[in-house]
Parts: sequence; structure tokens; C-alpha cells
Amino acid sequence: MGQYSIVGQRLPRTDGLAKVTGQGMYAGDFTMPGMLRGKILRSPLPHARILRVDTSRAERLPGVKAVITGRDTLGVKFGAPRFGPKHMDEHALAMDRVRYIGDEVAAVAAIDEDVAEEALRLIDVEYEELPAVFSPDEALLPGAPQIHAHAPGNISRRIVFDLGDVEKGFADSYHIREDRFSTHGQAHAPMEPHACLAHFDASGKLTIWTSTQVPYYVKNDLALTLGMPATAVRVILPLIGGGFGGKADGMYALEFCAALLSKKTGRPVQIVYSREEVFVATRRRHPITIQLKTGVSKDGAILARQAKCVLDGGAYNGLGVVTVVLCGYLLNLPYRLGSFKYEGLRVYTNNPISAAMRGHGAPQVHFASEMQMDRLAEDLGMDPLEIRIKNGLRTGDVTLNGFHINSGSLEECIRAVAEKSGWQEKRGKLPPNRGIGIGCSGFYSGASYRLRPDLPVYSAAIVKLNEDGSVQLLSGATDSGQGCDTLLMQIVAEEIGLSFADVRLTRADTDITPVDLGNFSSRETMYAGNATRSAAADLKQKLLVELSNLLEANADDIEIREGKVFVKGSADRTKPFRDLAHAIYLRRLGKPLVGEGTYDPPDKINYPAYGFGAHVTEVEVDPESGEVTLLDVVSTHDCGRAINPLAVEGQLEGSVHMALGWTLMEDVTLEEGRVMNPSFLDYKIPTALEMPPVTIAHVETDDPEGPFGAKEVGEGALCPIAPSVASAVGNAIGKKIDCLPLTGAQITRK
Amino acid sequence: MKSIKLEINGVQHEVEVAPWRTLLEVIREELQMTGTKEGCGLGECGACSVLMDGKTVNSCLVLAAEANGKRITTIEGLAQAERLHPIQQSFIDNGGFQCGFCTPGMIMSTKVMLDDNPNPTDDEIKKGISGNLCRCTGYAKIFDSIRAAKVAMAASSDGRGGA
Repeated sequence: MGQYSIVGQRLPRTDGLAKVTGQGMYAGDFTMPGMLRGKILRSPLPHARILRVDTSRAERLPGVKAVITGRDTLGVKFGAPRFGPKHMDEHALAMDRVRYIGDEVAAVAAIDEDVAEEALRLIDVEYEELPAVFSPDEALLPGAPQIHAHAPGNISRRIVFDLGDVEKGFADSYHIREDRFSTHGQAHAPMEPHACLAHFDASGKLTIWTSTQVPYYVKNDLALTLGMPATAVRVILPLIGGGFGGKADGMYALEFCAALLSKKTGRPVQIVYSREEVFVATRRRHPITIQLKTGVSKDGAILARQAKCVLDGGAYNGLGVVTVVLCGYLLNLPYRLGSFKYEGLRVYTNNPISAAMRGHGAPQVHFASEMQMDRLAEDLGMDPLEIRIKNGLRTGDVTLNGFHINSGSLEECIRAVAEKSGWQEKRGKLPPNRGIGIGCSGFYSGASYRLRPDLPVYSAAIVKLNEDGSVQLLSGATDSGQGCDTLLMQIVAEEIGLSFADVRLTRADTDITPVDLGNFSSRETMYAGNATRSAAADLKQKLLVELSNLLEANADDIEIREGKVFVKGSADRTKPFRDLAHAIYLRRLGKPLVGEGTYDPPDKINYPAYGFGAHVTEVEVDPESGEVTLLDVVSTHDCGRAINPLAVEGQLEGSVHMALGWTLMEDVTLEEGRVMNPSFLDYKIPTALEMPPVTIAHVETDDPEGPFGAKEVGEGALCPIAPSVASAVGNAIGKKIDCLPLTGAQITRK
Repeated sequence: MKSIKLEINGVQHEVEVAPWRTLLEVIREELQMTGTKEGCGLGECGACSVLMDGKTVNSCLVLAAEANGKRITTIEGLAQAERLHPIQQSFIDNGGFQCGFCTPGMIMSTKVMLDDNPNPTDDEIKKGISGNLCRCTGYAKIFDSIRAAKVAMAASSDGRGGA
């Protein structure tokens, strides 16, 4: 590994001052002169035909400036365009049908929120209630109510892979087992509710500040649904108060409604979702049942694996059309499979919409796979670590579905957590009701598959010289809290040879910054990182030419390091970079000196890199109440080279929090399509009191594709946690765990 | 409408409020101090925590009229001139936030905790911020930040980490 000066430093985040002083602006913090407040009327029924909407009473209410329904729209559907129009199944405002409790029916703009709320109550909607389905089982029954005309049988998307000869694999197997696992919904629950401020100006230009992980998707979705050229839409990224996939689909109803209401009124319109709306009407993690059959040789090698995943998709597709594919892809990690057959079935129901959430399918399928690995080990009389190490992927492996593992190995992660947790001393030797378990995972760094043909560029960046000799990074990358802004600035500083303070950042603004697809699929460090590095390298080459002219020295003899410029052989000519860069700016009469960069992944189907993770949890279970106490949590994730270890640790610790919540406490509880716990009082995420100490076992590799060797850490690190906890609980009470969440009721059931 | 007086961060304000207006709404909308965040509006997440006469309150649960005549401190009132409060500095240095949306409330709760008990144990720290939800950090770096702030404040003569 090379030695770096800025990469690898535990630098504090660049947005620190803004965030600790309260000066940072989130979408709901903006105001504009004449600004109106928008509110959305939602369906109270899980499935119904809209017979009549009468907005006249609402329109007459003093203070109401506009009311819109589906009739005021172009009726254009949106969704993920990659899979064709039939998968674009969502109207921002219902035209004639509502499909879940929370579906958007009308929107109001008024002088304040109270008037807007009151106006919603004055909109008369006459519904004809339709029969509804609330589980994939019901939805798949012959004669079940049909939710979308384009999707007979309520199949949102069916995916099949058949890789290698799975029949032969099972025939050759010494031992086969088949298990059924079920997982549940989880709310993203970012602390910042979705919010936006839209302003249509007199020229017909739409500017919107919105809480999104994907500003360029929002831009194109707004252009599509409002019938405008994409360049007439400007999306500006404010600070984002967390996303976790819940702000990653693209446009949501709030952005469309705020924009259209602004167009109607000629005034800026802000919409801020209530916490209840965030729970009910955004997205959630898919509940998935996984039927998993695996055949192994006598020494534990996986010869065949067959999986069927059934996903409760809820009422619309969103990014869920991708989830059903990813469940199959991710079952190819982190183990070498002799053969693999997959069927994924995403099913429409009249439940809230399921889509991407941190890990995007992996937490569910890795839970199933890991629980079964434990059982296979037990059946064969092997140690749970041994069977995992035996099958674990390593550098040089190519999976059946074509993933090239170019760095790291699962074994390295397992050995790291085993040592740190004292696995050998503890497993099988703990007192009653105490248990220890392991979970493993593999994850990719950023999708290369083009989900959006309307956005053919992955990531591009500009680094330009400023008048004071600092350099400015213009990046469309989206920091929704995870910290990529700081990492990208570190990459610029490292590549050119500057100090961190010499780098400034312009965050995503679709009128100004080059395209980056956004924050999802653990892609910003890899994609924006590589694009940024290439832009910085380009600027550096140009700077060296300019410095060579300025200093009358050979460009090869000039070195920029730690914010200083050195000329080989003449120590007395060492000068601060900023002074010389300022001189260059003046010599060029301000003519921009710009480095340009882009990143195009080498393989358009697969991913640039893969990382592995392992997690060991030790628990104590109260056999009476089923209460689980976490005694020890040891986590590792191979993130390649950590560009900023402080940020990496933050991702690991945050992953533990979110995964523990999913495993033990959090569940989007539904009754006939209604979210029964749409508040933090009823939907409990772990507080500081529930958070166990996390020990991090560091594993670093050097990935050939990642910028300075870096890979993802934001999602993969979450995946091994649920199975490690479930495995530990099973180990403590001598029970096989098949389903999540691990409630006291499940644990104490005889 | 009712006329109320609020002392916010040492500055006197007189505002006309409807009886149902919350303190949070007055701070954010009337007075345009948006550092205090609304995460739920129901007193469940702690993002809107401010100090009222030295005690933490969820400002979304306090009616503005109830705050009449009270002394309020918000996140904007913590730094003095250019100098950050040591808790703020410590959150920056120790990575005590990611998205930052819970941060103002988290810092205000920390301030009350350390004002009341300058040397909390780890368990007391956990309890002290248990009313403030964070979805990003898993609280680990927040605990680090609070422990470091406690040391910085103890080391300073004025309890603010400065000389």
C-alpha cells in the first residue's frame, strides 16, 4: 500500500460547523417571500375507485391559494425507466384509483399549515371501495383482486436465474437441507422528515430544494411528469437529514405537488411531511420470505443452492423492481456456490410501498443464508466458522453470476472477529441462557447496471482553481449524512498534494455540478470518488504546466506536497501552493483552470468492487420474558482502504444500531394495510440506552478499482448483524430461529 | 392572539401568538431561528430540545403561551462570538453526528446534563441523551463526544472549555 498524507486521516467532517451551530439549512428550514405551505390529502382506504372529487369548498376557504387533483396533472406515470413503461406504475396524484392507505389524492397550497390542513378536510372524495389483498399469499391466489391492470396475477416483477447445473449439484450432494425464513418490514425513519421547497419563476424555470438522495433523478422525474425539458428544472441539494434508501427512489409526491402548486400559484411552495406521513406514505424495507435449499459435500462445500424469494411489494414498484433482482445477486455472496437457481417474485399488495432500504435485499437473504449455514455446520458436525471459511469467497474468485472478487476475503473478516470476540473460548462453553453467534455478508460498491437510461453518465466532477489559490470541487454526489463530502475533499487534497483546508466544495446543484447519480447502492466513494480523483489529476497536470512556466523549471522537477510546491534540487525555492496558484490565476487573467473527470465502471453489468463483513454477537436471554441483552458486539467490514477511519467507524456503529433495531424492536406493523405504529412512540428505534458497545476489528485491503483502494462500508456492514444476533439467541436457548423480528414472544414460544 | 415575552439566547422578544402555537413554531417560524429541528412534532424524538429556564424541554410540546416570561436557550445561543461551546467543538472533533438533524437537540440535552452533573458516568451519559433519537451514528461517537466535552469543560476555569 502506498503512503498518503490526507487519505487515511481521521479528519473531522467538513459540514461540522454548520451542523453543531444550527446554521446548516435543511429543506424545511428555507423560507422565501410569499411562500405558501402545501399539504397532501391521502386515501383512507387500501383499495378504491375514485368516483368524484369535489374541491370547491376547500378552494373557497380564505387563505387557500390552489387545490390540485389528478385531473390537474398530465397523468404521466413515473418509476424506474430501465424496465420499460409498464414498470412505471405510479401517479404522483391518483387519477381514478387508490391502492394503499396513504395514496395521494389531492394537494393544497395555503398561506399557512393550519389553513392547508383545514382545506384538506373540506375536500370531498367519493370512493367505491374495492376488495383488497394484504399479503403476497392472498395476492397470488387465483381470482384475487387485481391491483394494476398491467400486472395480471399481481406480479410486480418475476426474475429467474439458472446458473450451473443445480440438479446435478443436489444429486452430488452428501447432505441437503431446505428451510423457510421470513423477514419483516422496517422503516427508514430518517430524523429529517421528507421536505422540499419548490419555486416556479416567471420564465418557467423550476427550482427545488429537496431532501433527496438522488437530485438528478428528481430533476428528470419532475421534467417527465410536468412535461418540461430537464434543463428547465434545477434541483439544489440542501443538507439532508438522513436517507438510508428512503429518499432514493427519485421523485416522491411531495416534490411533484410542491412544483405543480407553485406553477399554479406563481409563489414558492414548501411541503414538509409529518412523521406519520414518513411512516405511512414513503417507503419501507421489503418483508421477504425466503425458501432456501442448499446441498453440501461431506466436507461442507456448497454444491447447489436454490432459492425462492417472495417480496411483499406493496402498492407500487418504486425501486422494488430492483430489490427482487438484488436478492438473487446477493445470494451469490459471500460464498462460492457450485450451482445456483433463483426465483424472485415481487408481488403487489394493498400495503404501503416497499423499496430500497440500506442493504437493499441483502439483510433479508443474508439472514436466511447465514441461519442455514449454522444448521448445515451442525448437521455435518463442523464448526460454524469452519464451514464459512471453507466456502468464503476470496480475491481471484469469480461467482457464478460473474462477480469478480478483486480484493479481500471473507476468511480475513471471520478470523478478525473470531479473535477479537474470543469465539473459540466461548462457543459451546457459555453458561445457560448465554450464547454467541456469527453472521457474514458480502456487498458490492455501487451498481454499474444502468437503472436510468435517461441518465447515461455515472459520475463526473470538476475541480477548478480559485482566485485565492484554493481549489473548488464541483460534485453532484449526494451527502445525505454519511459523509462523502469530506471524503471527496480528502481525495482532491491527496491527489493534488494540498492540505485539506485548500479544498472547497460546491454540493449538488443540477445547474452547476456535473452529473452524479446519487447516494444509493454504496456508490459515492467508488463512483464520485474516482470521478473526483480523475478531475483532480487533470487539474494537477495543468497546474504543473503553469508552475513550470511560472517558476521556469522543468515540470518533472516540480512536486506539490502538503500544500507546498517544491522544485527538485533547490530547497530555497519551496513556496506555499496557494501563493503560486494565486499568481497563476493572475497570469491567466482569470481564465478558468479546470480539471475534468468522469468515472465509467469497467463492467456495465456487475460492480466495480466487492467487500466482506463478519459480525459476532454475544447475548444473554431471559427465558421467561424473552428479553435479549447484548453483551458483546464485534464488527468488521472490509472497506478497502479507509479514506477516513472516523467516517468508516461511524458507518459500522450506525449499521449496528439500524440492524439491531430491525432484529429486535422495529417492525412496520400492518392491519389490513394500515400502519398501526406510525410514530416513534409506537415504532421504537434503539435509544442510547439500548445501544451496546461496539468493538471494531479493523480489516483493510487495497482494492484495485476503488479510489486509493477504497470500497463501500455503508450497507454491507449492516447485513451480518441480524443473523449474528439470531444465531447467538438460538445458541443461548437451543432453538432454531426462522423469522424476524426476534420478539420476546417468538423466543419464549415452546 | 396573545402577546408574550420570551428571552431567547439573551435577547428579549415580544411576539403575538395564537393560543395553539408551540414554542417550536414560534422559534422556527416567527423568529426564523431554524437551528432547532422538528423531527416528529409529538415529543418523541428530542430533535426540538431547547433549554427553558435551564431545563431541557421538547419545544414541540410546549405552548408558546406557556413559555411567556421564560428564559430560552437554543442551539444558536451556545457559541459565544466566534468561539464554539466545548460541546460543539467536541461533537465536531469526535464525529458525534452524521446527518446532523438530531444534533442541535442532542447538544442541548448534553449541555443540561453536563451543567447538572459535570462528571457523568457512561451510564449517566446514556440516560442523559436517551430522549434524543439518532438514526445515523449508533450513538457511539456521541458518547465519545460527550466524554471529551466533559473533560474539556472541567479543564477550563469558566466551565466552557476556554481560558
